Amino acid sequence: MFQAFLIKYGEIGIKGKNRYLFEDALVKQIRHALKPVEGEFQVSKEQGRIYVACPQDYDYDEAVEALQRVFGIVGICPTVCVEDEGFDKLSRDVLAYMDEVYPDKDKSFKVCARRARKNYPMDSMEINAEMGHRILEAYPQMHVDVHDPQIMLTIEVREKIYIYSEIIPGPGGMPVGTNGKCMLLLSGGIDSPVAGYMVAKRGVKIDAVYFHAPPYTSERAKQKVVDLAAQVAKYAGPVYLYVVNFTDIQLYIYDKCPHDELTIIMRRYMMRIAEELARKNEALGLITGESIGQVASQTVQSLAATNEVCTMPVFRPLIAFDKQDIIDIAEKIGTFETSIQPYEDCCTIFVAKHPVTKPSIPVIKRSEKKLEEKIDEMVAQAIETAECVIVS
Amino acid sequence: MECYFDNSATTRCYESVKDIMIRTLTEDYGNPSSMHKKGVEAEKYVKDARDIIAKNLKVNAKEIFFTSGGTEGNNLAIIGTAMANCRAGNHVITSAVEHPSVTAVMEHLEENGFRASYIPVDANGVLRMDALEAALDEETILVSVMYVNNEIGAVQPIQEIAELVHKKAPKAKIHVDAVQAYGKYRILPKKLGIDLLTASGHKIHGPKGVGFLYVNDKVKIKPISYGGGQQEGMRSGTVNTTGIAGLGAAVKELYTGFDEKIERLYAVKQAFVNGIGTVEGAVIHGLVGKESAPHIVNVSFPGVRSEVLLHALEEYEIYVSAGSACAAGKKHAVSPTLTAIRLDKEQLESAIRFSFQLETTLDEVEFCIEKLREVVPKLKKYTRR
Repeated sequence: MFQAFLIKYGEIGIKGKNRYLFEDALVKQIRHALKPVEGEFQVSKEQGRIYVACPQDYDYDEAVEALQRVFGIVGICPTVCVEDEGFDKLSRDVLAYMDEVYPDKDKSFKVCARRARKNYPMDSMEINAEMGHRILEAYPQMHVDVHDPQIMLTIEVREKIYIYSEIIPGPGGMPVGTNGKCMLLLSGGIDSPVAGYMVAKRGVKIDAVYFHAPPYTSERAKQKVVDLAAQVAKYAGPVYLYVVNFTDIQLYIYDKCPHDELTIIMRRYMMRIAEELARKNEALGLITGESIGQVASQTVQSLAATNEVCTMPVFRPLIAFDKQDIIDIAEKIGTFETSIQPYEDCCTIFVAKHPVTKPSIPVIKRSEKKLEEKIDEMVAQAIETAECVIVS
Repeated sequence: MECYFDNSATTRCYESVKDIMIRTLTEDYGNPSSMHKKGVEAEKYVKDARDIIAKNLKVNAKEIFFTSGGTEGNNLAIIGTAMANCRAGNHVITSAVEHPSVTAVMEHLEENGFRASYIPVDANGVLRMDALEAALDEETILVSVMYVNNEIGAVQPIQEIAELVHKKAPKAKIHVDAVQAYGKYRILPKKLGIDLLTASGHKIHGPKGVGFLYVNDKVKIKPISYGGGQQEGMRSGTVNTTGIAGLGAAVKELYTGFDEKIERLYAVKQAFVNGIGTVEGAVIHGLVGKESAPHIVNVSFPGVRSEVLLHALEEYEIYVSAGSACAAGKKHAVSPTLTAIRLDKEQLESAIRFSFQLETTLDEVEFCIEKLREVVPKLKKYTRR
């Protein structure tokens, strides 16, 4: 029954002179999100609102679901849209709307008219009073409550007239593309896709890097990461996923460095490679799913040691989250089921029985000295041969 | 050189199989149950396939029922026999090294009031006859034993088992899961004393999704699915003409010049076994000569996790299996057979199954051995410490 969605957006409404940039980004993201939904949707921006005009036949649930993934949207209002053919016709349409949307009539309501087109013969107060009257006449069980109504019936008079009363919550946040781009270190675990989602929610476009270590990690492990990137892309738009072959570097570290430092040193090289890839692709920061204390490599000392190799900012949105809280988000955004598929990732294959938990940076640096001979070349090679998979 | 050494997981279809299947999809696509000419044409494919198989087993054509494959065959055989004979007794027997499509069915029967015994095997995976003899009693209505073990290729003494069972428990029926044996042996159920026998199409260069169950016509079983009453009511559902035609064609081609093919296959296996002897630390499980199946060799490479070796070989287009493919994909899936033959943890974690087919060449074997000699020592160097 709904011919349009009125999109409500929050934060971006207050961005002063940059506002149009945010709105344009939002329009773009809405279009992208609706692409897989069958039918032509027209997305337009007018007078501080975004409208999505729907095609004749479309899947309502699918469209709402798609819109609920667009960051920047605070509310989605399914709207009935009618031509202006006089107040009598309008009131018939409104009564039909109320009947269809609220089969149970025992509710309080308030009419809230907005007359954007000023040549309409009635002003908004008159519309409110008259429409309220007609609703009460038609549905005597309903009653008016102007302070705390259960139904806030909005009637917007523009070129056409828009009727809506329901607001489906959107994800909030800011439209992707309004806050630059960052490189996400995506492992295949539970945390990193959630971290990507959270930063994307602040309007950041996401590229991702995955460290592949054949034959220690399988094709399926890689496919799992592609699947995770695809799930993140549902929110963040197309993700460029860089698959870096990390085996040689890992084995080289294994050969040369103390085994209990292997994970830390490996992670430092991952950060270096990620940063270089970020720089090459004009990303401005790194994103990881690290959370203090979760594993040996995520103690504060370890984080400091890994962080030390980067000059770019490293965003760690999950840093103070408990595992269960992360899992809750993973389930909500649909990455959890994929994340728990049991394929080894390159962080776990050589993990020592007792890895260092309080690495000292000078000690680690001394160990890394032993890699001097070949490591730069290997890193350069890894970056050069990285495969780029565009996931959308 | 592609070396597909995972033929116990599935095999490539013969061209003849593909051709006949396409014909049943696009030309003779009728429903064999239809009364018109189109139906009769289709029915002929089914009849031909049934005749080929019946002739091959030296049984009556009406003793062959087409199924969707090994799992359905085993389910129908075991549940069908148990249900039809539950008044005669409630004891069922199987071995400790069966495929899950037998073991899980036995567990299902246990949940429904049956008593199940799991007969242990010796270090080579061969059933312990003394334990079987001790388990048989007058309540026993079914003994289900696989012919060839899918993980290590151990061959069970089917004829001996059948004799013992028929002597000690005359009410008991013998079911043989021959999914890994059919196409590698000439199997004559009546001569061996087998009452029910399961086979699958895709292990013998036929298509996936089709198989057959032989049921001796003196043996009563109950169907496990109900519907339009096709195949004497034993297996309702539109007859899978395409799959069945493919299965028939596979049996026909495979068993042509059969003895020579198997000789060759044993030679291939022997060459592989000899080669494995030159790979550092490798240990072969079970018997290796003609007492074991011609196509399966299971080897542990202690110190190299099987999954890692599998992926390393994959780089060279050598495809093998870590454990049994049906059990793979689950984390910490422990192989029932390898556990039953009491491998230690290191051997369990490093076991790889190589399974050949009739057209595997000595060159392929040589290439694989060469790569193993190269890769195994390298991988051994990098392990969790």
